[in-house]
Amino acid sequence: MHGFLIYLMKRFGQFLFVVFTGVTLSFLIAHFSPVDPIEQTVSLLTSFGNTDPRSVELLRESLRELYGTGGSLLDQYFTFWGRVLTGDFGPSLSAFPTPVSTVIGRALPWTVGLLTLATLFSWTLGNLFGALAGYFRDNRPLKVLGVFVMSMQPIPTYIVGLSMIIVFGYLWPVLPISGGAQLNLEPGFTWEYVSSVIVHGTLPALTLVCVGLGGWFISMRSLVSNIVTEDHVVYAELAGVPGRTMFSQYVARNAMLPQVTGLALTLGHVFGGAVIVEFVFNYPGMGKLLVAGIYAGDYSLVLGVTTIAIIAVATAVFIIDVLYPLIDPRVKLG
Amino acid sequence: MKILIDLLRYNREFLVGAIFLAVILALVVASFFAPYDEMMTYVVIPDMPPSAEYWLGTNSRGQDLFWQLAASMRNTLMFGVVVALVSRVIAITVGLVSGYLGGRVDQVIMAINDTLNALPNIPILLLLVFVLRDQMSWPILAVTAALLGWQHDSRLIRSVALSLRNREFTRQAVFSGMRTGKILFREHLPYVMPIVFYTTMNNLIWAIGLEVTLSILGFSDINRPTIGGMIYWANAHSAMVAGIWWWIAVPMVFVVILFLGLFMLAMSVNEYIDPRSRLARMGA
Amino acid sequence: MHEVLSKAKKTAVAPKNVLTVEGLKAYYINEHFGVRREVRAVDDISLTVQRNEVYGIAGESSSGKSSLIKTLAGAIRPPMRVIEGSVKFDFGGQSIDVYGEPEQLKPARWRHLSYIMQGSMNVLNPVRRVKHSFHDFAYRHMGLGGAAFWSKVRQHLERLGLDPDVLEAFPHQLSGGMRQRITIALATVCEPEFIIADEPTTALDVLVQQDVLGLIKDVQARMQASIIFVTHDMSVHAAITDRLAIMYAGRLAEEGATQALFDNPQHPYTAHLIGSLPRIGDVRVRKSLPGKPPALSDPPSGCRFHPRCPLAIERCSREVPLMQPSATGGRVACFRAGEVVAA
Ligand SMILES: Nc1ncnc2c1ncn2[C@@H]1O[C@H](COP(=O)(O)OP(=O)(O)OP(=O)(O)O)[C@@H](O)[C@H]1O
Ligand code: SF4
Ligand SMILES: [Mg+2]
Repeated sequence: MHGFLIYLMKRFGQFLFVVFTGVTLSFLIAHFSPVDPIEQTVSLLTSFGNTDPRSVELLRESLRELYGTGGSLLDQYFTFWGRVLTGDFGPSLSAFPTPVSTVIGRALPWTVGLLTLATLFSWTLGNLFGALAGYFRDNRPLKVLGVFVMSMQPIPTYIVGLSMIIVFGYLWPVLPISGGAQLNLEPGFTWEYVSSVIVHGTLPALTLVCVGLGGWFISMRSLVSNIVTEDHVVYAELAGVPGRTMFSQYVARNAMLPQVTGLALTLGHVFGGAVIVEFVFNYPGMGKLLVAGIYAGDYSLVLGVTTIAIIAVATAVFIIDVLYPLIDPRVKLG
Repeated sequence: MKILIDLLRYNREFLVGAIFLAVILALVVASFFAPYDEMMTYVVIPDMPPSAEYWLGTNSRGQDLFWQLAASMRNTLMFGVVVALVSRVIAITVGLVSGYLGGRVDQVIMAINDTLNALPNIPILLLLVFVLRDQMSWPILAVTAALLGWQHDSRLIRSVALSLRNREFTRQAVFSGMRTGKILFREHLPYVMPIVFYTTMNNLIWAIGLEVTLSILGFSDINRPTIGGMIYWANAHSAMVAGIWWWIAVPMVFVVILFLGLFMLAMSVNEYIDPRSRLARMGA
Repeated sequence: MHEVLSKAKKTAVAPKNVLTVEGLKAYYINEHFGVRREVRAVDDISLTVQRNEVYGIAGESSSGKSSLIKTLAGAIRPPMRVIEGSVKFDFGGQSIDVYGEPEQLKPARWRHLSYIMQGSMNVLNPVRRVKHSFHDFAYRHMGLGGAAFWSKVRQHLERLGLDPDVLEAFPHQLSGGMRQRITIALATVCEPEFIIADEPTTALDVLVQQDVLGLIKDVQARMQASIIFVTHDMSVHAAITDRLAIMYAGRLAEEGATQALFDNPQHPYTAHLIGSLPRIGDVRVRKSLPGKPPALSDPPSGCRFHPRCPLAIERCSREVPLMQPSATGGRVACFRAGEVVAA
């Protein structure tokens, strides 16, 4: 138990370090940009015709506090941290005067839900099929599946998403291609709303699964084809351990361990896929928010989404790290 | 050279990959013979479907898609190559040094490595694009992408370097007073070359994917033709709705060719490096 | 005393071949990008093993010992392939042709035939508790209910000097020696008639090795089982084997009753192996063989030992010496058999 605590502390330390680095990086990028965010934002806002001097002043005030023109660099840095920790990124420009935190709070569940489901699906399916393909090397259907999955893998997310839209939106219009749920429905735990969310999420999730599947498939297949030559597998096979136990407990179970670590290592990239998918399917999540924020020149929103994305990914990695000892008895707890 | 011929003869993926890339390279070469400046608009009749005169059709901006495509391929590949090269330098240096020093230093370097890896790079890139706005040019973007995309590869290189550390020839070199830099460069680099080669292919794929993503969203210099940029313009003109399908189909098809080509090449190279999968190929 | 006892027992059981190997050739064949490379690790080997017999195989590293018994155990994997010959077991009337009808072997594994492979400390599944391995390997064959099965397993472990609590452990929590003993327990718990063991005691220190050898011998005697025991350690062979085969470069050099072989080696290579055993009170410096063991991908012509043989004559490099009955009742493959003076 003691060893587990030390392991936990170490992982938590890494988590804090990731968040610290990410937030600092965001601060530095924002701070050393050649563009003055405050004046640029204000001028953008006034050019939209919003000339209420009070709101402009309010905005300028909060922006100044956020990006800090007052105080030394260090002061500004601490102010920024204070903002991050309280989740207060000021009002959003594009949804003025709604606070950025509210806008993000609305978008976050969509992205978290979509990414969690899609990642779990592609990870599980990719590993399952990859393991089967590595174990039953001569199985024809699995070979065909392998070729299919692998040629899907290098294709950019956008292309896959667009193909989905063409196929399921135009050629055979069975699924909605835009939005997170039917617009005229009241959000809540009603069957109508939930099913609408599921139906709307199908194509975005399918796209992410298609794109993600191949990578897991390939690495799992090669892991398995290495593991089957390892002594403990060869030996168990000779002893006539039944096929199912063989596959699940001797082969897949061992090959799965590096894949869990791999999942933690690639989560940083997963978010990138969400940006494109949400853009393509007009899905009301963080990615779409980020892109919209950039188009609208909404400084606080962009900075807020970036920071939250960094923290969210770090949290997900931390969760995986914490769960890892449950499946690998060898993890050096100490 | 012999290796190349062998690969072509015995490895189907390599052959297909090579053919696909040959198509792409032919386009790149063609781009240098374009009859007019690729940045210009309204040089041909707009919205012409593919025909004998305009092989791939023309778009609503009065550009010949063939020449657009050629220039795009050149620019996109260039971006990828720059990213791959710059990130290679970082990945090799970090990997070799970390593996060679080992112990605590190695642990610290790898902790930093993993930290950087855990940062989602698209939001960070987008933030940078956002604050730089018009000052953003493709070389800056490429270098930034390179700074974000080396951690995975340095980890792989490091694990090889770690195993070289205790080999006889390393000790000999140390005893004979060879400088560390020289040991790494002369003695260790050749050993990690195969893995460097393989990761380069993957990095290239990643970098080009990044470029495509950013330009589809319109976050790169949109007047400089790139594959993603072509799609961006097609979207901006609602090409699909307007029925100018070839405008969007052309970049899509060629993106797929490009990526499949690179991917198959990477796979076959990996297989060539890893003897265990070679065995599997023999039908063993 | 022990000698006499086992001899007496042997006459009681009619000699019967449990294993018959004829003209066995098994090569590692690598083919990549059109280049073919053959390693002739098992080259034309014939032998028999009888009931209730411990048959030893000795030879220097990479002489093909493991390759041979892997082939016998039906445990070969690509790139290894059987080129020629047959391996046949006979378990109380049930005969099994390992390479003729491979399907016959499957149901016999572990019940009749078990195998301890080299590096046996690494054969346990790292993510599974030891008890699960016992369940996976042995439960089906024992025909016992849960409680009876586990008490049998515990008993067996205790006999091998292991605390039954190791059942709850993961392999990485145990020492190499413990893992090796667990593997031996795993291979013997079903009391098979035939055990094939590849260097099962190599990682153990001398005292534990003595114990384990004693136990193996014990188990064998109790079940009247046959064992093929591979090790490069001649003193282990002297201690536990009844008959001994000497392997050199993928072929048998000599085979015979262990005692006779030690007393009166017929093959120069056997003489060398025995001569290199340290003996109490012996102060002579041992001569080591000149030259290196041959590469099995390109073995020497004629007698494979000729480049290093002190007795080699011109004929040895031209002709392959065949296994012939030897003066001491065994078999030997040498043109100058018997001219050997034990060092
Ligand atoms: N997978 C393989 N592919 C090619 N050659 C192999 C393979 N495995 C073993 N060999 C070769 O076969 C020969 C015999 O090896 P083997 O393992 O049978 O020797 P051994 O007598 O058991 O040696 P040791 O005492 O070291 O265990 C060696 O020359 C070895 O290099
Ligand atoms: S056959 Fe010749 S070379 Fe071979 S062992 Fe006998 S004497 Fe030596
Ligand atoms: Mg061996």
